[in-house]
Amino acid sequence: MSDIPGDLKYTKTHEWLKILDDKTLVVGITAHAQDLLGDMVFVELPELDTSYNAGDDCAVVESVKAASDIYSPVSGEVIEINEALTDAPEIINKAPYEDGWIFKMRAEDFDEVENLLNANEYEEFCASEEH
Amino acid sequence: MLIFEHSRSGRINKAQSTNPGSLANSIPEKFLRKKRAGLPEVSELQAVRHYTSLSQKNFSIDTHFYPLGSCTMKYNPRCCNSLAMLPGFLARHPESDESLGQGYLACMYELQEMLKEATGMKSVSMAPMAGAQGEFAGVAMIRAYHDSRKDHSRTEIIVPDAAHGTNPATAVMCGYKVREIPTRSDGDIDLDALKEAVGPQTAGIMLTNPSTLGVFDRNIEQMSKIVHEAGGLLYYDGANLNAILGKVKPGDMGFDAIHINLHKTFSTPHGGGGPGAGPVGVSERLIPFLPIPYVTHNVAQDVSQEGEQFHLLTEKECPQTIGRLSTFMGNAGVLLRAYIYARMLGREGMKRVGEFSTLNANYTMVKLKENGFNIALNTRRATHEFIVTLKNEAKNMDVNAMDFAKRLLDYGFHAPTTYFPLIVPECLLIEPTETESKEILDQFISAMATIRTEAQENPELVKNAPYSLPVKRLDDVKAARELDLVFRPDTDLKP
Repeated sequence: MSDIPGDLKYTKTHEWLKILDDKTLVVGITAHAQDLLGDMVFVELPELDTSYNAGDDCAVVESVKAASDIYSPVSGEVIEINEALTDAPEIINKAPYEDGWIFKMRAEDFDEVENLLNANEYEEFCASEEH
Repeated sequence: MLIFEHSRSGRINKAQSTNPGSLANSIPEKFLRKKRAGLPEVSELQAVRHYTSLSQKNFSIDTHFYPLGSCTMKYNPRCCNSLAMLPGFLARHPESDESLGQGYLACMYELQEMLKEATGMKSVSMAPMAGAQGEFAGVAMIRAYHDSRKDHSRTEIIVPDAAHGTNPATAVMCGYKVREIPTRSDGDIDLDALKEAVGPQTAGIMLTNPSTLGVFDRNIEQMSKIVHEAGGLLYYDGANLNAILGKVKPGDMGFDAIHINLHKTFSTPHGGGGPGAGPVGVSERLIPFLPIPYVTHNVAQDVSQEGEQFHLLTEKECPQTIGRLSTFMGNAGVLLRAYIYARMLGREGMKRVGEFSTLNANYTMVKLKENGFNIALNTRRATHEFIVTLKNEAKNMDVNAMDFAKRLLDYGFHAPTTYFPLIVPECLLIEPTETESKEILDQFISAMATIRTEAQENPELVKNAPYSLPVKRLDDVKAARELDLVFRPDTDLKP
């Protein structure tokens, strides 16, 4: 099983989320997700200052195998995007939880964060997906 | 090697060069080139050798087994080509009077009728020039239907997660929002998710049945009911029609619009970009919106009119049509090939296409299972194609689906479709088609088993394949990231 840091929250669509302070979150895709997708060739970042509902598709990552939507894990506004990915999408493969972050957002409702999966639940979810 | 690399300044082919000073004299000075055009300068023999050698490097159905899932790469009988090139067809001008083209129009009318019969739809137009355009026409008709009823609240098209990528693309092109629904682990669509997804915002659903997972969705009648009751229409993607040809009709399943890939099911050339054909069929309520022109048959009032029975319908007779998709009615030569193929098969032959494509797929699937391969959805009977998942091989031997595909090339087999459908990990989508013999299928099965043994004993051998082809592993990451298709003789060509 790929690396699943204990201090992050996860979605069933393989995004991770980290709480920076009481309003701000950072979002990326998990090591497991980048492993399934393979070498990244293109990242379409979300629009800055745009609000998304939880579950909205807001970005796209494209690998040599497939293009895949990234879904907003919670409702909120995008306040920063990782421009470095535009020229170097492979950062997501190299460091999915660090330099490979995709965007930062201001959450509308922090209760939504509580409803996401913790590391153990996400690990179980990945195992169940593999059958 | 590119033809530009054979080029030497001043080398020309006398037999084909025009008389200098004869043709280009009337072009005004300001439009003339200042520099020579960047074209290759080669002799006739060099040109012949170059392109013959390229053609010999091809993997094609004429030379190799081609089990490319979801593409139906079956053999196209030669006589479809030769009969479509009869002088009367070749020399017919599309602008000539209808009275002079009754034979051609009769063939097209009969093809429309045969496609109607095979699909169970109420009417067919063969105007779309390719499968993707057929898809576009289908969803555009759904849109026109809702618009004609002033039902403007319908903004969503439902697409299952196993769909071909063209389905959501088509929905977006037609101005719809895509709503994805999941497939259950048994391969059928999740009915509860469908019930939850439909509503007054549903314009329709796009389905492929049998699906890209190679199984027939057993709940199609219920799905049809759920969508129709919500006021939506059903669109059928004809990609997998080969499996059910002569057996089950999309019209009977409740579909309102379908497109047919003639290049898959009806033996016309696989385009590599064209020319193609993607006829559309519709249920009663969509007939007014069919793309034009298509052929109608007027029963003659008296004997003198007998010669002019077939007529192309235009805007005049079909005011609600979604319009024209090309200058004339589709690609005439391609449609003729499909007509000849359909006439050769007849109703009985079409049934055998469905039966033998399914038999070949199930035989290959069972034999691969006996050889230790994991089959996705292995409790289901396959349709015309099935999925091998190499998840365990990837985990235990570090040899993945792409490695298997590359190694198959060394054994003289075109690789199956890899990594599609997206919801099955490390997959090969294998479609043998009805035109392959048992001997070929056995050779393929044996090659797969050999590669599996190689992967266990010497994984590096498989990981570095192919060895026998002119091109080895390509750097597809670099190709995708630094896409550059422009050849520049000045900088790219080393002296």
